[in-house]
Amino acid sequence: MKQQIRDAGDVRIISLSGKITIGAGDVMLRELINESLEAGSTKVLLDLGGITAIDSSGIGEMVASYTSAKNRGAQLKLVNLSKKINDILQVTQLITVFDVFDNEAEAVQSFG
Amino acid sequence: MWATLSLESRFESTEIAERALVDLFGEAGVGGDEEYWILTALREAIANAIRHGHYGRPEESVRVDYRIKADRVSITVVDQGNGFDPAVIPDPRDAENLLKPCGRGIFYMRRFMDEVAFRRGPGGGTMVCMNRKLTPRSIKE
Repeated sequence: MKQQIRDAGDVRIISLSGKITIGAGDVMLRELINESLEAGSTKVLLDLGGITAIDSSGIGEMVASYTSAKNRGAQLKLVNLSKKINDILQVTQLITVFDVFDNEAEAVQSFG
Repeated sequence: MWATLSLESRFESTEIAERALVDLFGEAGVGGDEEYWILTALREAIANAIRHGHYGRPEESVRVDYRIKADRVSITVVDQGNGFDPAVIPDPRDAENLLKPCGRGIFYMRRFMDEVAFRRGPGGGTMVCMNRKLTPRSIKE
């Protein structure tokens, strides 16, 4: 998995590409989000536009990161989900948990 | 069309198992969404064998059998662990499980394959047998 990190105002945008699967991206995802939260970010946007595959470990890390952010009073939102990643979140009803956006501008604005 | 792999119990082995199935699918003319979801189920079965069957013990091995016959793909993943009772796996969609970081792998396997059965393996571990009907356009025997 590869990542690119930038800020849009006070929103930390983490863009990921490749796979978020067990042993190949799941731990990195956790570390990236934790580092952002530790650094004081309270608005984190995960751009999954470049993700080609995700498994239950990757989904688990996203859920754990969501909870971790929430417990710190921060927000974690998702943008640019492919149809397949959207389907994976749909079938486990996680789509009801995450705030999901189709484009970055809309997502950034939603943080307020 | 068939293949058998004996893999080290390391997460990197998942990639090898995926590539082997992609190669078989390439020969059989299977691709697209169908390939994607079957690979997702395969990944989950192997991850379970490594993480829950062997608890990360790399000296154990994971055996994977693939068979593509007529309009069906069958995949068997066998570990050397202690086995488990699939009946006690909770539904990850239940409200009390929704925010748990684990417990979705078997759900995805069942969702993306037509049949998933858990049996006792020949060496005492878990044998996961999965199969799925393939779309007629894609079959090359």
